[in-house]
Amino acid sequence: MRPRLYWPITLAAAALIALLTYGVASNGTDTSIDQALADGKRVEAPVKDLPRLGDTGTASLADQKGKVVVLNVWASWCDPCQSEMPLLQRTHDRIAARGGVVLGIDTQDSPEAALDFLREKNITFPSLRDRDREYGRKFGVAAYPETFLIDRTGKIAALKRGPVTQEWLDQELDPLLEEKA
Amino acid sequence: MRVLLALILVLGLTAAAEPKVTLPDIEDEVMCVECRTALNVSTAPVADQERAFIREKIAQGLTKQEIKDALVDAYGPDVLATPEAKGFDLSAWLIPGALVAAFAVGVALLARRWRRTPASPEPDAPELDPADARRLDSELAAFDR
Repeated sequence: MRPRLYWPITLAAAALIALLTYGVASNGTDTSIDQALADGKRVEAPVKDLPRLGDTGTASLADQKGKVVVLNVWASWCDPCQSEMPLLQRTHDRIAARGGVVLGIDTQDSPEAALDFLREKNITFPSLRDRDREYGRKFGVAAYPETFLIDRTGKIAALKRGPVTQEWLDQELDPLLEEKA
Repeated sequence: MRVLLALILVLGLTAAAEPKVTLPDIEDEVMCVECRTALNVSTAPVADQERAFIREKIAQGLTKQEIKDALVDAYGPDVLATPEAKGFDLSAWLIPGALVAAFAVGVALLARRWRRTPASPEPDAPELDPADARRLDSELAAFDR
């Protein structure tokens, strides 16, 4: 075979490999926030308008600026999310007077099932809908539940990939509530 | 009365033309959004919720397409097993076609090359040495007898 026949095959193979590499890389989990926090740096929290769960209109993290936000990514079908909800509700009630709020991000969930779940558990903190986890990916969310503590300036100060505990909240959240805007 | 009977008949035929959707009809065209496998082979909790969602929509009398639209509305476009014809998913539609086209072009180029190559002449039979020639002649003569 003459060399000129090799060029199209080589180019096609290179294009295919590049496409596969892009596909794998774009579906990978972003760990840049974890890395920055491990280095002692706070990271600007991603902001996006999302539909309110069980209400009309949209809202975003930007609406909570000046408050300490416990951003919790959950889904009604996720067992660990169900288990930690009462603790998050108690936390919401406890920090409200100190300029704090728990904000839920309901992800990949049927809205009807999500609202039934919130009613059943008597959850009153607000939640937004991240229908296809597009927003969660900006936080490197890979599973549920995951919780991010956002300081009063809108920066991520701590995260927990997995269910939160009272100990973790005492250790990470209380110092943030003491900070001024 | 005749008009009423005709109406009932038409409605009956229309209903018969649109068979009722079943869960298996939809399950193999939908993904478990968390585990990224087909819904009909997934046992994840979210898959159970998706199946309950589909059953509820079937009970409400929605068509297959309406149920799929409702699934996309609740879980996003990734819930469909068929990739979207935009963004990175577009490659799933384009690459197979491009590969078939490249294969066809390759076959056409090779066929043209083979057609142009002149047929090589038949090689001449090797010369027999005199002893073998005599033996061949005698054996052929034996057949003639």
